[in-house]
Amino acid sequence: MTTGLVFAIAGAQLFFLGVYSLIVHTHLLRRILALNVMGSATFLAIVGMAQRAQGAAPDPLAHALVLTGIVVAVSASALALALLRQLVAAGGGTALEEDREA
Amino acid sequence: MNALEWIAAILLIAGALFFFAGTVGMLRFPDAFSRLHALTKVDNLGLGLLVLGLALQSGSLAIALKLLLIWVLAIVAAATGAYLVANGASRRP
Amino acid sequence: MVNLYLVFDLLLALTLMWVGWRTLTSPDLFRGVVLFIAFGVLMTLAWVRLEAPDVAMAEAAIGAGLTGALLLDALADLRARRSHQDIEVSRLAAVSVITLALAGVLSWVMLTLPAQHASMHAPVTQPPNASGITNPVTLVLLVYRAYDTLLEMAVLLLAVIGARALHDEAPVGRAAPQYDLLAPAARVLLPAILLVAAYLLWAGATRPGGAFQAGAVLGAAGVLLRLAGLLPSPATYRRWMQMGLVSGFMVFLLVGVLVIFAGLPWLGYPATHTKALILLVETGLTLSIGMSLLSLFMSVPEQRSPSTHARASAS
Repeated sequence: MTTGLVFAIAGAQLFFLGVYSLIVHTHLLRRILALNVMGSATFLAIVGMAQRAQGAAPDPLAHALVLTGIVVAVSASALALALLRQLVAAGGGTALEEDREA
Repeated sequence: MNALEWIAAILLIAGALFFFAGTVGMLRFPDAFSRLHALTKVDNLGLGLLVLGLALQSGSLAIALKLLLIWVLAIVAAATGAYLVANGASRRP
Repeated sequence: MVNLYLVFDLLLALTLMWVGWRTLTSPDLFRGVVLFIAFGVLMTLAWVRLEAPDVAMAEAAIGAGLTGALLLDALADLRARRSHQDIEVSRLAAVSVITLALAGVLSWVMLTLPAQHASMHAPVTQPPNASGITNPVTLVLLVYRAYDTLLEMAVLLLAVIGARALHDEAPVGRAAPQYDLLAPAARVLLPAILLVAAYLLWAGATRPGGAFQAGAVLGAAGVLLRLAGLLPSPATYRRWMQMGLVSGFMVFLLVGVLVIFAGLPWLGYPATHTKALILLVETGLTLSIGMSLLSLFMSVPEQRSPSTHARASAS
Protein backbone atom coordinates (compact mmCIF):
# COMPACT_ATOMS: atom_id res chain seq x y z
CA MET A 1 0.00 0.00 0.00
CA THR A 2 1.71 3.16 -1.19
CA THR A 3 0.79 6.84 -1.06
CA GLY A 4 -0.39 6.75 -4.65
CA LEU A 5 -2.67 3.80 -4.05
CA VAL A 6 -4.20 5.39 -0.93
CA PHE A 7 -5.20 8.50 -2.82
CA ALA A 8 -6.28 6.59 -5.92
CA ILE A 9 -8.72 4.51 -3.87
CA ALA A 10 -9.90 7.66 -2.08
CA GLY A 11 -10.47 9.13 -5.53
CA ALA A 12 -12.56 6.09 -6.49
CA GLN A 13 -14.80 6.54 -3.43
CA LEU A 14 -15.14 10.28 -3.97
CA PHE A 15 -16.04 9.76 -7.62
CA PHE A 16 -18.97 7.52 -6.81
CA LEU A 17 -19.98 9.80 -3.97
CA GLY A 18 -20.24 12.51 -6.61
CA VAL A 19 -22.25 10.26 -8.91
CA TYR A 20 -24.65 9.51 -6.06
CA SER A 21 -25.11 13.20 -5.31
CA LEU A 22 -25.51 14.01 -8.99
CA ILE A 23 -28.37 11.54 -9.37
CA VAL A 24 -30.12 11.94 -6.05
CA HIS A 25 -30.03 15.69 -5.45
CA THR A 26 -32.13 17.92 -7.66
CA HIS A 27 -30.84 21.40 -6.80
CA LEU A 28 -28.67 22.37 -9.75
CA LEU A 29 -25.99 24.11 -7.69
CA ARG A 30 -25.59 20.94 -5.69
CA ARG A 31 -25.21 19.03 -8.94
CA ILE A 32 -22.49 21.41 -10.09
CA LEU A 33 -20.71 20.80 -6.77
CA ALA A 34 -21.06 17.05 -7.37
CA LEU A 35 -19.52 17.37 -10.84
CA ASN A 36 -16.60 19.29 -9.37
CA VAL A 37 -16.04 16.62 -6.73
CA MET A 38 -16.15 13.96 -9.44
CA GLY A 39 -13.55 15.88 -11.41
CA SER A 40 -11.22 16.22 -8.44
CA ALA A 41 -11.66 12.53 -7.67
CA THR A 42 -10.69 11.62 -11.23
CA PHE A 43 -7.55 13.73 -10.95
CA LEU A 44 -6.63 12.01 -7.70
CA ALA A 45 -7.13 8.63 -9.35
CA ILE A 46 -4.98 9.53 -12.37
CA VAL A 47 -2.00 10.82 -10.41
CA GLY A 48 -2.43 8.26 -7.64
CA MET A 49 -2.31 5.36 -10.06
CA ALA A 50 0.72 6.87 -11.78
CA GLN A 51 2.46 7.01 -8.40
CA ARG A 52 1.38 3.61 -7.13
CA ALA A 53 4.72 1.84 -7.50
CA GLN A 54 6.90 1.91 -4.40
CA GLY A 55 9.40 4.74 -4.70
CA ALA A 56 8.17 5.74 -8.17
CA ALA A 57 9.45 8.88 -9.85
CA PRO A 58 6.61 11.37 -10.48
CA ASP A 59 5.14 10.96 -13.96
CA PRO A 60 4.99 14.37 -15.68
CA LEU A 61 2.40 13.21 -18.21
CA ALA A 62 -0.13 12.49 -15.47
CA HIS A 63 0.62 15.86 -13.85
CA ALA A 64 0.19 17.66 -17.16
CA LEU A 65 -3.13 15.89 -17.81
CA VAL A 66 -4.43 16.87 -14.38
CA LEU A 67 -3.23 20.47 -14.78
CA THR A 68 -5.14 20.68 -18.06
CA GLY A 69 -8.09 19.02 -16.36
CA ILE A 70 -8.21 21.55 -13.54
CA VAL A 71 -8.39 24.46 -15.99
CA VAL A 72 -11.05 22.73 -18.09
CA ALA A 73 -13.03 21.88 -14.94
CA VAL A 74 -13.13 25.51 -13.82
CA SER A 75 -14.20 26.59 -17.32
CA ALA A 76 -17.00 24.04 -17.33
CA SER A 77 -18.09 25.01 -13.80
CA ALA A 78 -18.12 28.69 -14.68
CA LEU A 79 -20.20 28.07 -17.80
CA ALA A 80 -22.56 25.79 -15.83
CA LEU A 81 -23.00 28.46 -13.15
CA ALA A 82 -23.68 31.09 -15.81
CA LEU A 83 -26.33 28.81 -17.33
CA LEU A 84 -27.85 28.23 -13.88
CA ARG A 85 -28.05 31.95 -13.15
CA GLN A 86 -29.63 32.57 -16.54
CA LEU A 87 -32.18 29.82 -15.84
CA VAL A 88 -33.05 31.39 -12.50
CA ALA A 89 -33.18 34.90 -13.97
CA ALA A 90 -35.61 33.62 -16.60
CA GLY A 91 -37.84 32.29 -13.85
CA GLY A 92 -37.03 28.61 -14.20
CA GLY A 93 -36.27 27.83 -10.56
CA THR A 94 -33.21 25.86 -9.52
CA ALA A 95 -34.19 22.38 -10.60
CA LEU A 96 -34.77 20.88 -14.00
CA GLU A 97 -38.32 20.47 -15.36
CA GLU A 98 -38.49 16.71 -14.92
CA ASP A 99 -37.25 16.87 -11.35
CA ARG A 100 -39.70 19.43 -10.09
CA GLU A 101 -42.74 17.19 -10.16
CA ALA A 102 -40.91 14.31 -8.51
CA MET B 1 20.15 16.12 14.30
CA ASN B 2 22.21 19.15 15.12
CA ALA B 3 21.12 22.12 17.22
CA LEU B 4 19.68 24.05 14.27
CA GLU B 5 17.39 21.19 13.32
CA TRP B 6 16.24 20.80 16.92
CA ILE B 7 15.32 24.47 17.10
CA ALA B 8 13.53 24.24 13.75
CA ALA B 9 11.62 21.17 14.92
CA ILE B 10 10.52 22.93 18.12
CA LEU B 11 9.37 25.98 16.15
CA LEU B 12 7.43 23.80 13.72
CA ILE B 13 5.72 21.93 16.55
CA ALA B 14 4.88 25.20 18.30
CA GLY B 15 3.38 26.55 15.08
CA ALA B 16 1.33 23.40 14.67
CA LEU B 17 0.06 23.76 18.24
CA PHE B 18 -1.09 27.30 17.48
CA PHE B 19 -2.92 26.01 14.41
CA PHE B 20 -4.56 23.33 16.50
CA ALA B 21 -5.60 25.82 19.20
CA GLY B 22 -6.96 28.21 16.60
CA THR B 23 -8.99 25.47 14.94
CA VAL B 24 -10.45 24.35 18.25
CA GLY B 25 -11.29 28.00 18.98
CA MET B 26 -12.99 28.39 15.63
CA LEU B 27 -15.10 25.32 16.22
CA ARG B 28 -15.98 26.00 19.84
CA PHE B 29 -16.37 29.76 20.20
CA PRO B 30 -19.96 30.99 20.22
CA ASP B 31 -19.97 33.87 17.76
CA ALA B 32 -18.22 35.24 14.70
CA PHE B 33 -16.06 37.79 16.51
CA SER B 34 -14.43 35.42 18.96
CA ARG B 35 -13.87 32.94 16.14
CA LEU B 36 -12.12 35.64 14.13
CA HIS B 37 -10.03 36.36 17.20
CA ALA B 38 -8.93 32.73 17.36
CA LEU B 39 -8.25 32.52 13.63
CA THR B 40 -6.07 35.61 13.45
CA LYS B 41 -3.85 34.18 16.18
CA VAL B 42 -3.34 31.23 13.88
CA ASP B 43 -2.52 33.33 10.87
CA ASN B 44 -0.07 35.65 12.56
CA LEU B 45 1.76 33.67 15.17
CA GLY B 46 1.17 30.11 14.01
CA LEU B 47 2.20 30.78 10.44
CA GLY B 48 5.09 32.94 11.66
CA LEU B 49 6.49 30.12 13.79
CA LEU B 50 6.07 27.64 10.93
CA VAL B 51 7.82 29.99 8.51
CA LEU B 52 10.65 30.56 10.98
CA GLY B 53 11.15 26.84 11.46
CA LEU B 54 11.10 26.19 7.71
CA ALA B 55 13.49 29.07 7.08
CA LEU B 56 15.96 27.59 9.56
CA GLN B 57 15.63 24.21 7.88
CA SER B 58 16.07 25.56 4.38
CA GLY B 59 19.68 26.64 4.80
CA SER B 60 19.40 29.26 2.06
CA LEU B 61 18.89 32.99 2.53
CA ALA B 62 16.89 33.33 -0.67
CA ILE B 63 14.39 30.69 0.39
CA ALA B 64 14.16 32.17 3.89
CA LEU B 65 13.36 35.62 2.48
CA LYS B 66 10.72 34.17 0.18
CA LEU B 67 9.12 32.39 3.11
CA LEU B 68 9.10 35.66 5.04
CA LEU B 69 7.40 37.35 2.11
CA ILE B 70 4.75 34.63 2.13
CA TRP B 71 4.15 35.31 5.83
CA VAL B 72 3.77 39.05 5.27
CA LEU B 73 1.34 38.55 2.39
CA ALA B 74 -0.65 36.03 4.42
CA ILE B 75 -0.92 38.49 7.31
CA VAL B 76 -2.16 41.29 5.03
CA ALA B 77 -4.73 38.99 3.46
CA ALA B 78 -5.85 37.62 6.83
CA ALA B 79 -6.18 41.07 8.38
CA THR B 80 -8.24 42.34 5.46
CA GLY B 81 -10.38 39.25 5.50
CA ALA B 82 -10.97 39.46 9.25
CA TYR B 83 -12.00 43.11 8.97
CA LEU B 84 -14.42 42.36 6.13
CA VAL B 85 -15.96 39.36 7.91
CA ALA B 86 -16.31 41.34 11.15
CA ASN B 87 -17.99 44.18 9.27
CA GLY B 88 -20.37 41.80 7.62
CA ALA B 89 -21.13 40.06 10.89
CA SER B 90 -21.72 43.31 12.76
CA ARG B 91 -24.38 44.28 10.24
CA ARG B 92 -26.22 41.03 10.52
CA PRO B 93 -28.92 41.18 13.24
CA MET C 1 7.48 -0.30 11.98
CA VAL C 2 4.53 1.59 10.62
CA ASN C 3 5.43 4.12 7.97
CA LEU C 4 4.32 7.41 9.56
CA TYR C 5 3.98 9.08 6.16
CA LEU C 6 1.48 6.42 5.18
CA VAL C 7 -0.48 7.05 8.37
CA PHE C 8 -0.63 10.72 7.48
CA ASP C 9 -1.74 9.84 3.95
CA LEU C 10 -4.49 7.60 5.29
CA LEU C 11 -5.71 10.33 7.65
CA LEU C 12 -5.64 12.89 4.85
CA ALA C 13 -7.52 10.58 2.48
CA LEU C 14 -10.16 9.86 5.12
CA THR C 15 -10.55 13.58 5.87
CA LEU C 16 -10.85 14.25 2.15
CA MET C 17 -13.64 11.71 1.84
CA TRP C 18 -15.43 13.01 4.91
CA VAL C 19 -15.26 16.65 3.79
CA GLY C 20 -16.42 15.58 0.32
CA TRP C 21 -19.37 13.81 1.91
CA ARG C 22 -20.30 16.82 4.02
CA THR C 23 -19.90 19.16 1.04
CA LEU C 24 -22.44 17.30 -0.99
CA THR C 25 -24.93 16.41 1.72
CA SER C 26 -25.10 19.39 4.07
CA PRO C 27 -28.59 20.93 3.93
CA ASP C 28 -27.26 24.50 3.88
CA LEU C 29 -25.78 25.31 0.47
CA PHE C 30 -23.52 28.03 1.85
CA ARG C 31 -21.96 25.53 4.22
CA GLY C 32 -21.56 23.13 1.31
CA VAL C 33 -19.71 25.71 -0.78
CA VAL C 34 -17.41 26.70 2.09
CA LEU C 35 -16.66 23.03 2.71
CA PHE C 36 -15.90 22.70 -0.99
CA ILE C 37 -13.22 25.37 -0.63
CA ALA C 38 -11.81 23.45 2.32
CA PHE C 39 -11.95 20.32 0.15
CA GLY C 40 -9.82 22.14 -2.42
CA VAL C 41 -7.23 23.07 0.20
CA LEU C 42 -7.07 19.46 1.41
CA MET C 43 -6.63 18.37 -2.21
CA THR C 44 -3.63 20.72 -2.37
CA LEU C 45 -2.09 18.80 0.54
CA ALA C 46 -2.83 15.55 -1.27
CA TRP C 47 -1.02 16.80 -4.35
CA VAL C 48 2.01 17.69 -2.26
CA ARG C 49 2.02 14.15 -0.85
CA LEU C 50 1.76 12.78 -4.40
CA GLU C 51 4.92 14.76 -5.36
CA ALA C 52 3.01 17.06 -7.71
CA PRO C 53 3.90 20.64 -6.67
CA ASP C 54 2.75 22.18 -9.96
CA VAL C 55 -0.65 20.57 -9.61
CA ALA C 56 -0.80 21.64 -5.96
CA MET C 57 -0.28 25.29 -6.90
CA ALA C 58 -2.89 25.11 -9.64
CA GLU C 59 -5.39 23.37 -7.36
CA ALA C 60 -4.94 25.96 -4.62
CA ALA C 61 -5.36 28.92 -6.97
CA ILE C 62 -7.93 27.60 -9.41
CA GLY C 63 -9.64 24.65 -7.78
CA ALA C 64 -10.06 26.03 -4.29
CA GLY C 65 -9.74 29.79 -4.83
CA LEU C 66 -11.37 30.68 -8.09
CA THR C 67 -14.02 27.95 -8.17
CA GLY C 68 -14.92 28.89 -4.61
CA ALA C 69 -15.28 32.53 -5.58
CA LEU C 70 -17.46 31.60 -8.56
CA LEU C 71 -19.67 29.36 -6.39
CA LEU C 72 -20.06 31.96 -3.64
CA ASP C 73 -20.96 34.61 -6.19
CA ALA C 74 -23.54 32.35 -7.81
CA LEU C 75 -24.95 31.39 -4.41
CA ALA C 76 -25.37 35.03 -3.42
CA ASP C 77 -27.20 35.64 -6.66
CA LEU C 78 -29.51 32.64 -6.17
CA ARG C 79 -30.36 33.75 -2.66
CA ALA C 80 -31.11 37.28 -3.83
CA ARG C 81 -33.76 35.86 -6.11
CA ARG C 82 -35.23 33.64 -3.37
CA SER C 83 -35.28 30.67 -5.65
CA HIS C 84 -33.38 27.88 -4.00
CA GLN C 85 -35.16 24.64 -3.42
CA ASP C 86 -34.85 22.06 -0.74
CA ILE C 87 -32.99 18.88 -1.48
CA GLU C 88 -35.29 16.38 -3.05
CA VAL C 89 -34.27 12.83 -2.56
CA SER C 90 -35.46 10.15 -4.93
CA ARG C 91 -34.39 6.67 -6.00
CA LEU C 92 -32.23 6.61 -2.87
CA ALA C 93 -31.79 2.93 -2.15
CA ALA C 94 -31.02 1.69 -5.66
CA VAL C 95 -28.53 4.47 -6.35
CA SER C 96 -26.72 3.92 -3.04
CA VAL C 97 -26.34 0.21 -3.63
CA ILE C 98 -25.15 0.60 -7.19
CA THR C 99 -22.63 3.35 -6.45
CA LEU C 100 -21.26 1.50 -3.43
CA ALA C 101 -20.85 -1.64 -5.52
CA LEU C 102 -19.12 0.26 -8.33
CA ALA C 103 -16.82 2.00 -5.86
CA GLY C 104 -15.89 -1.37 -4.42
CA VAL C 105 -15.19 -2.86 -7.83
CA LEU C 106 -13.02 0.11 -8.83
CA SER C 107 -11.05 -0.09 -5.59
CA TRP C 108 -10.48 -3.81 -6.11
CA VAL C 109 -9.26 -3.16 -9.66
CA MET C 110 -6.89 -0.47 -8.41
CA LEU C 111 -5.49 -2.78 -5.76
CA THR C 112 -4.92 -5.73 -8.04
CA LEU C 113 -3.39 -4.00 -11.05
CA PRO C 114 0.27 -4.94 -11.54
CA ALA C 115 2.69 -2.25 -10.43
CA GLN C 116 4.73 -2.14 -13.61
CA HIS C 117 3.58 0.51 -16.02
CA ALA C 118 5.02 2.96 -18.49
CA SER C 119 5.95 6.36 -17.19
CA MET C 120 7.03 9.45 -19.07
CA HIS C 121 9.48 10.45 -16.36
CA ALA C 122 12.53 8.90 -18.01
CA PRO C 123 11.85 9.95 -21.61
CA VAL C 124 11.28 13.53 -20.49
CA THR C 125 14.13 14.00 -18.03
CA GLN C 126 16.84 11.79 -19.50
CA PRO C 127 17.56 13.18 -22.97
CA PRO C 128 19.66 16.36 -22.77
CA ASN C 129 17.55 19.36 -23.56
CA ALA C 130 18.79 22.19 -25.74
CA SER C 131 15.99 24.43 -24.58
CA GLY C 132 17.32 24.78 -21.04
CA ILE C 133 13.93 23.90 -19.57
CA THR C 134 14.23 21.32 -16.83
CA ASN C 135 10.76 21.28 -15.27
CA PRO C 136 9.34 18.03 -16.68
CA VAL C 137 5.72 19.15 -16.42
CA THR C 138 6.42 22.31 -18.41
CA LEU C 139 8.24 20.19 -20.99
CA VAL C 140 5.31 17.83 -21.34
CA LEU C 141 2.77 20.66 -21.50
CA LEU C 142 4.53 22.84 -24.02
CA VAL C 143 6.85 20.57 -25.98
CA TYR C 144 5.75 16.95 -25.97
CA ARG C 145 1.97 17.51 -25.67
CA ALA C 146 1.73 21.03 -27.08
CA TYR C 147 -1.36 20.16 -29.13
CA ASP C 148 -3.28 19.25 -25.95
CA THR C 149 -2.44 22.60 -24.40
CA LEU C 150 -3.46 24.44 -27.56
CA LEU C 151 -6.84 22.71 -27.54
CA GLU C 152 -7.22 23.41 -23.84
CA MET C 153 -6.85 27.12 -24.57
CA ALA C 154 -9.55 26.74 -27.19
CA VAL C 155 -11.84 25.11 -24.62
CA LEU C 156 -11.24 27.94 -22.16
CA LEU C 157 -11.99 30.48 -24.87
CA LEU C 158 -15.21 28.68 -25.78
CA ALA C 159 -16.32 28.70 -22.14
CA VAL C 160 -15.66 32.44 -21.90
CA ILE C 161 -17.58 33.06 -25.13
CA GLY C 162 -20.44 30.97 -23.81
CA ALA C 163 -20.56 32.74 -20.47
CA ARG C 164 -20.38 36.18 -22.06
CA ALA C 165 -23.04 35.29 -24.60
CA LEU C 166 -25.39 34.54 -21.73
CA HIS C 167 -24.69 37.63 -19.69
CA ASP C 168 -23.30 41.04 -20.17
CA GLU C 169 -20.75 42.24 -17.69
CA ALA C 170 -22.40 43.97 -14.78
CA PRO C 171 -21.62 47.65 -14.46
CA VAL C 172 -18.63 48.26 -12.28
CA GLY C 173 -19.73 49.52 -8.91
CA ARG C 174 -17.89 50.72 -5.90
CA ALA C 175 -17.79 48.32 -3.02
CA ALA C 176 -20.38 49.07 -0.36
CA PRO C 177 -19.04 51.51 2.29
CA GLN C 178 -18.63 48.91 5.02
CA TYR C 179 -16.15 47.05 2.84
CA ASP C 180 -13.99 50.12 2.31
CA LEU C 181 -10.83 48.34 3.46
CA LEU C 182 -10.87 46.21 0.34
CA ALA C 183 -9.71 48.94 -2.05
CA PRO C 184 -6.61 50.04 -0.08
CA ALA C 185 -5.70 46.42 0.61
CA ALA C 186 -6.06 45.60 -3.08
CA ARG C 187 -3.85 48.55 -3.97
CA VAL C 188 -1.18 47.36 -1.54
CA LEU C 189 -1.37 43.74 -2.65
CA LEU C 190 -1.53 44.28 -6.41
CA PRO C 191 2.22 44.88 -7.06
CA ALA C 192 3.08 41.84 -4.96
CA ILE C 193 0.54 39.70 -6.84
CA LEU C 194 1.88 40.81 -10.23
CA LEU C 195 5.42 40.10 -9.07
CA VAL C 196 4.41 36.62 -7.92
CA ALA C 197 2.73 35.94 -11.27
CA ALA C 198 5.77 37.06 -13.24
CA TYR C 199 8.04 35.02 -10.99
CA LEU C 200 5.92 31.89 -11.38
CA LEU C 201 5.97 32.31 -15.15
CA TRP C 202 9.74 32.72 -15.27
CA ALA C 203 10.52 30.04 -12.69
CA GLY C 204 8.29 27.52 -14.43
CA ALA C 205 11.18 26.63 -16.73
CA THR C 206 13.33 25.12 -14.02
CA ARG C 207 11.19 24.86 -10.88
CA PRO C 208 7.55 24.03 -10.17
CA GLY C 209 5.47 26.79 -11.67
CA GLY C 210 4.61 27.86 -15.18
CA ALA C 211 1.96 29.52 -17.26
CA PHE C 212 -1.12 28.00 -15.61
CA GLN C 213 -0.16 28.92 -12.08
CA ALA C 214 0.90 32.42 -13.15
CA GLY C 215 -2.34 32.83 -15.08
CA ALA C 216 -4.37 31.75 -12.07
CA VAL C 217 -2.60 34.32 -9.88
CA LEU C 218 -3.31 37.00 -12.51
CA GLY C 219 -6.95 35.97 -12.56
CA ALA C 220 -7.06 36.24 -8.77
CA ALA C 221 -5.61 39.75 -9.00
CA GLY C 222 -8.33 40.67 -11.48
CA VAL C 223 -11.07 39.28 -9.25
CA LEU C 224 -9.66 41.18 -6.28
CA LEU C 225 -9.68 44.44 -8.25
CA ARG C 226 -13.18 43.72 -9.44
CA LEU C 227 -14.44 43.13 -5.90
CA ALA C 228 -12.72 46.28 -4.67
CA GLY C 229 -14.39 48.30 -7.41
CA LEU C 230 -11.03 49.36 -8.81
CA LEU C 231 -11.48 48.16 -12.37
CA PRO C 232 -12.16 50.86 -14.96
CA SER C 233 -15.50 50.91 -16.74
CA PRO C 234 -16.01 48.08 -19.26
CA ALA C 235 -16.05 50.43 -22.25
CA THR C 236 -12.45 51.49 -21.75
CA TYR C 237 -10.94 48.06 -21.36
CA ARG C 238 -13.16 46.05 -23.70
CA ARG C 239 -10.64 46.10 -26.54
CA TRP C 240 -7.78 45.11 -24.23
CA MET C 241 -9.90 42.37 -22.72
CA GLN C 242 -10.72 40.90 -26.11
CA MET C 243 -7.09 40.95 -27.15
CA GLY C 244 -6.01 39.38 -23.90
CA LEU C 245 -8.60 36.63 -24.12
CA VAL C 246 -7.53 35.43 -27.54
CA SER C 247 -3.81 36.12 -27.18
CA GLY C 248 -3.01 32.76 -25.62
CA PHE C 249 -4.64 30.69 -28.29
CA MET C 250 -3.54 32.93 -31.18
CA VAL C 251 0.12 33.22 -30.15
CA PHE C 252 0.34 29.48 -29.65
CA LEU C 253 -1.36 28.81 -32.98
CA LEU C 254 0.85 31.31 -34.82
CA VAL C 255 4.04 29.83 -33.38
CA GLY C 256 2.84 26.35 -34.26
CA VAL C 257 2.01 27.28 -37.83
CA LEU C 258 4.93 29.58 -38.57
CA VAL C 259 7.51 26.92 -37.72
CA ILE C 260 6.14 24.93 -40.65
CA PHE C 261 7.68 27.55 -42.95
CA ALA C 262 11.01 26.84 -41.28
CA GLY C 263 10.73 23.23 -42.35
CA LEU C 264 9.76 21.91 -38.92
CA PRO C 265 6.71 19.80 -38.08
CA TRP C 266 3.59 21.63 -36.86
CA LEU C 267 4.08 22.84 -33.27
CA GLY C 268 7.70 21.74 -33.39
CA TYR C 269 10.30 24.12 -31.98
CA PRO C 270 13.53 25.11 -33.77
CA ALA C 271 16.74 24.02 -32.08
CA THR C 272 17.77 27.64 -31.63
CA HIS C 273 15.58 30.12 -29.71
CA THR C 274 13.60 27.25 -28.17
CA LYS C 275 13.44 28.80 -24.73
CA ALA C 276 12.53 32.24 -26.13
CA LEU C 277 9.67 30.80 -28.19
CA ILE C 278 8.39 28.72 -25.31
CA LEU C 279 8.51 31.76 -23.04
CA LEU C 280 6.61 33.78 -25.64
CA VAL C 281 3.92 31.15 -25.84
CA GLU C 282 3.77 30.88 -22.05
CA THR C 283 3.37 34.64 -21.67
CA GLY C 284 0.44 34.54 -24.06
CA LEU C 285 -1.03 31.63 -22.10
CA THR C 286 -0.62 33.46 -18.79
CA LEU C 287 -2.36 36.59 -20.04
CA SER C 288 -5.12 34.57 -21.62
CA ILE C 289 -5.77 32.38 -18.60
CA GLY C 290 -5.80 35.38 -16.27
CA MET C 291 -8.25 37.36 -18.36
CA SER C 292 -10.42 34.32 -19.06
CA LEU C 293 -10.77 33.57 -15.37
CA LEU C 294 -11.58 37.22 -14.65
CA SER C 295 -14.07 37.31 -17.50
CA LEU C 296 -15.77 34.15 -16.26
CA PHE C 297 -16.09 35.73 -12.82
CA MET C 298 -17.48 38.97 -14.20
CA SER C 299 -20.27 37.58 -16.38
CA VAL C 300 -23.37 38.18 -14.34
CA PRO C 301 -27.06 38.56 -15.17
CA GLU C 302 -28.34 42.03 -16.00
CA GLN C 303 -30.83 42.56 -13.20
CA ARG C 304 -29.31 42.40 -9.77
CA SER C 305 -30.82 43.48 -6.47
CA PRO C 306 -28.21 45.99 -5.33
CA SER C 307 -28.74 45.64 -1.61
CA THR C 308 -27.69 42.08 -1.16
CA HIS C 309 -24.31 42.05 -2.80
CA ALA C 310 -21.48 44.27 -1.66
CA ARG C 311 -19.74 44.76 -4.94
CA ALA C 312 -22.70 45.20 -7.23
CA SER C 313 -24.14 48.34 -5.68
CA ALA C 314 -24.11 50.53 -8.77
CA SER C 315 -22.51 53.87 -8.31
